Amino acid sequence: MQSFPCPYCGPRDETEFLYQTDAGRTRPARGVSDADWSRYRFFRRNAKGAAAELWLHAAGCGRYIVIERDTLTHAVIASKGATP
Amino acid sequence: MSGTGRGAIRLDEGGEIDRGRPISFRFDGMPLQGYAGDTIASALLANGLRTVARSFKYHRPRGILGYGVEEPSAILDLRVGEGPAARHDPNARATIEPLLEGMVLKAVHAAGTAARDRLAVLDRFHRFIPSAFYYKTFIWPSWHAYEARIRAMAGLGRIDPDARAGVVPHRFANVDLLVVGSGPAGLAAALAGLAGGRTVMLIEQDARIGGSLRMRAGVIDGRPGAAWAEETVRKLVDGGAAVRTSATAIALYDHNLVAVHERGHAPGGAGDCLWRVRAREIVLAAGAIERPLLFADNDRPGVMLASAALAYLRRKAVRAGGKIVVATASDAAYELAGAMAAAGAEVVVADARKTVTDGARALAGDVTVHAGERIRRALGRSEVAGVELTGGTRIDADLLAVSGGFSPAIHLYAHAKGRPRWDGSLGAFVPGEPVPGLRVAGAAAGRFALADALEDGTRAGRGSGEAAPAPSAGPRAVAAAALQHAAPIAVPEAAARDRVFVDLQNDVITKDIALAARESFKAVEHLKRYTTLGMATDQGKTSNVNGLAVLASITGRSIAETGVTTFRPPYAPVPFAAIIGPALGELDAPVRRLPAENEHRAEQAVFDEYGGILRPAWYGSGPDAIASECRAARTAVTVFDASPLGKVEVVGPDAAALLDFVFYTRMSTLKPGRLRYGLMLSEGGVVFDDGVVLRLAPDRFVVSCSSSHVPAVVGLLEEWRQDRFDIARVFVHDTTGHWATMAIAGPGSRAVVAAIFGESGLDDVNLPHMAMREARFEDGPARISRVSFVGERSYEISVPAGRAVALWRAARKAGAVPLGVEALSILRLEKGFIMVGVDTDGETMPHDIGMGRARDTRTDAYAGDRSLFTAEARKPHRKQLVGIAIEGAARVPVGAHAVVREDGRRRSIGFVTSSAISPTLGSSIALARIEDGERRHGESVTFDHLGRIFTGRIVAPCFYDQKGERLHA
Repeated sequence: MQSFPCPYCGPRDETEFLYQTDAGRTRPARGVSDADWSRYRFFRRNAKGAAAELWLHAAGCGRYIVIERDTLTHAVIASKGATP
Repeated sequence: MSGTGRGAIRLDEGGEIDRGRPISFRFDGMPLQGYAGDTIASALLANGLRTVARSFKYHRPRGILGYGVEEPSAILDLRVGEGPAARHDPNARATIEPLLEGMVLKAVHAAGTAARDRLAVLDRFHRFIPSAFYYKTFIWPSWHAYEARIRAMAGLGRIDPDARAGVVPHRFANVDLLVVGSGPAGLAAALAGLAGGRTVMLIEQDARIGGSLRMRAGVIDGRPGAAWAEETVRKLVDGGAAVRTSATAIALYDHNLVAVHERGHAPGGAGDCLWRVRAREIVLAAGAIERPLLFADNDRPGVMLASAALAYLRRKAVRAGGKIVVATASDAAYELAGAMAAAGAEVVVADARKTVTDGARALAGDVTVHAGERIRRALGRSEVAGVELTGGTRIDADLLAVSGGFSPAIHLYAHAKGRPRWDGSLGAFVPGEPVPGLRVAGAAAGRFALADALEDGTRAGRGSGEAAPAPSAGPRAVAAAALQHAAPIAVPEAAARDRVFVDLQNDVITKDIALAARESFKAVEHLKRYTTLGMATDQGKTSNVNGLAVLASITGRSIAETGVTTFRPPYAPVPFAAIIGPALGELDAPVRRLPAENEHRAEQAVFDEYGGILRPAWYGSGPDAIASECRAARTAVTVFDASPLGKVEVVGPDAAALLDFVFYTRMSTLKPGRLRYGLMLSEGGVVFDDGVVLRLAPDRFVVSCSSSHVPAVVGLLEEWRQDRFDIARVFVHDTTGHWATMAIAGPGSRAVVAAIFGESGLDDVNLPHMAMREARFEDGPARISRVSFVGERSYEISVPAGRAVALWRAARKAGAVPLGVEALSILRLEKGFIMVGVDTDGETMPHDIGMGRARDTRTDAYAGDRSLFTAEARKPHRKQLVGIAIEGAARVPVGAHAVVREDGRRRSIGFVTSSAISPTLGSSIALARIEDGERRHGESVTFDHLGRIFTGRIVAPCFYDQKGERLHA
């Protein structure tokens, strides 16, 4: 089980967190095409290696956080709050 | 008796046993005696028993090979204790279980006893049952024709369905340094860690601290090894280190999380626990496991690892034989030869090496050594009676102590994704490239000498901390003559009728490996699965490397080229009870309970679980209970405990904006004191939940979502709050548990509310439908809302949760009749009120359930907006919510399909989502989702449920009071 550094709570077990999606996605406006809406809804980077991911600290502070980590080695590089 | 070796004796003194505390136990019906401090294995040996088990496949007699967790053979059915403290273990390892008073032990594979096994005849057919024979044999007409009988013979012990394991707690620790193993390397590492100011946890799988120091000679800092170990533990504990014995590190997971199974060894499993230890650094000092030798009939009872024989002698005061042949190719076993001779046994050494080192000679003293000779075969019909050496010499013996070199216990290193490396000069897999956060020390790293182990441990435990002492400050051993531990693995040329066992627990012989290689299963992972080598509960601790050596020699490759199979957790078997922990029975998935549960019980409520909440299904026991509750709601007045109904407060200057975004129905236009029904959508446009929103103040709302969806709705609100809003300007706060809610419904509801709160302000001008007023109840706050979930005039009253019972009683006193969830569901169905997740699913959009208006009119952004306009969302013939008036008196099952015949083929055009016999209407009604349902009103449709046919007419999804006049009755 991985240990994630929550910027608000400190290091916590992975089971307290829920994976959400890639970090940095922006919700498109209503006028977007079906294809682009689908890309927003369903397409993920699924990176092998360095990745920036959005996680929810569900069993902790309840905040959304961005974790930069390596999906291959499971090394955690950085974490920060998703909202300022 | 055949199981008795005359040579095995208990020494009169020494060892870790307490001769003042004898212990009685039974094995295969025989009453036997041991002492406190014995393991089951040492007690069996001391009683002269050599055959203690039968093998898995051939039912050959088997004895005790090892001393600890590596034991492949001595696995027994264990019963101890009585009543709630009784413990049954269908496959206990005799070498790690301490002997307890009254233990009843039985051989597991034997049909009968270990000594007399009716299935022993199987061994004569061994030629016909090689590896994987059943894949080739039991295929006609079908494997299933044989399965039951074969399964009855397979398995490892039999579970007693009446036996209950105790609850094993899970414990957690966070430390700077976790040391696995308490031999010289582990103790030195823990000392160095503590000296460096770090928090230290030391775990030892044995019941006693010290590892090899408990059985091998050695002097550390001027004291005997065992004494030094005891002293060191005291120092560690005084210094604040956590020291746990009988604690096995079973697995290492990401980021240095180590699972540790600690055995309490008490009857009933008391004292067991499962630790999860998160360690900044780990020192793996788990030592090494000795390998057996490969020769014909090397599985006979009486063959024992030399290190195990030494441990039984020095630690349990059991001399496992009287006439002993020690077979080796290195120096380590010479200590046993010397010790056995000193204990009065006749000892002969067969050493594969041509010349014996001085170190070995010094350890063994004056024993006969057959240099340059190996064992060709073990002699004796069912137990060891002697050996035949490769030179042809035959020697009588009752114990054959074998030493085929050592395999470092690098399992945890491999769990950490470390890649083992074959060290040819050592004849062992050792850790390869280091992995971060883990250091391997001592014998586990292939460094067998005591001085090396201490130095390794000190260096590893020191870590990189600044306050750490230099390695020279660690404990020092008197340098003895360097011993040779490396032993090349000799794979014998077996004659046609010889059987050389590689894996004792799974009965894999060298010929099985040859067969696998012939059939092209030459990759180690294939070999393992084809032959089952190393797949038993010992996980091949004594067999894997020998098996690789055999495969290498057959395929003409080196062991390094052959490679090693993956080490997977757990390192040693773990009872399910330890993994499950306290999550048993009611604690597995705890139900949520109502604050007034006891009051409902007093009212004869029958409880059921609804969405994880234990709620009254109905009251009383009559066959008409549900229907009469329904009638009471329609004609008189009922009270329903709606306490779990969501009460999620959304507060702040941006609260209205957040709700506008999350709700499909606009909420910012709601006036304070008023309520509005609305839908929430997922970003996929699918109906996520429905509920009523109350606006308490311009900046304060209460979202009443479905009872079982509260956490999900809070999550949805939080997700959009944190994604799109200034989190300082809007908060989401779940107050569901703070309030108890009783819903008073029916034509008499106003009179009941008036009886509790007084008449004033209850008239329909001051409190119209979908309005709320605040009131006082027993000097506390109360909210009275006019909302209806059954289609009658009704009032939802919320008071602080502690007043739930008082409010319930007040309503009952005023004449309201209890209403359970089942009746409520029928009343709602009569009105066509949907239940999200029952009448909707992952495809249902608002325009499928008659709520397309906001989709048509709203232009501002809201969750799921764009998804309502995709090609899929706009396609014709979507399934739409309808009511079905079923012909006849039978209830149509939920899930029944509406079928039509098109082009000669039957096709489903939809299905029933809810159904009931309506007590109000006296007819069978249902809700369904049917293609183009809204345009089909009036059509007749046929439903098929597993061959049962129903006919119904499609109607609007509201069977009762379409105009809504009852709300004001």
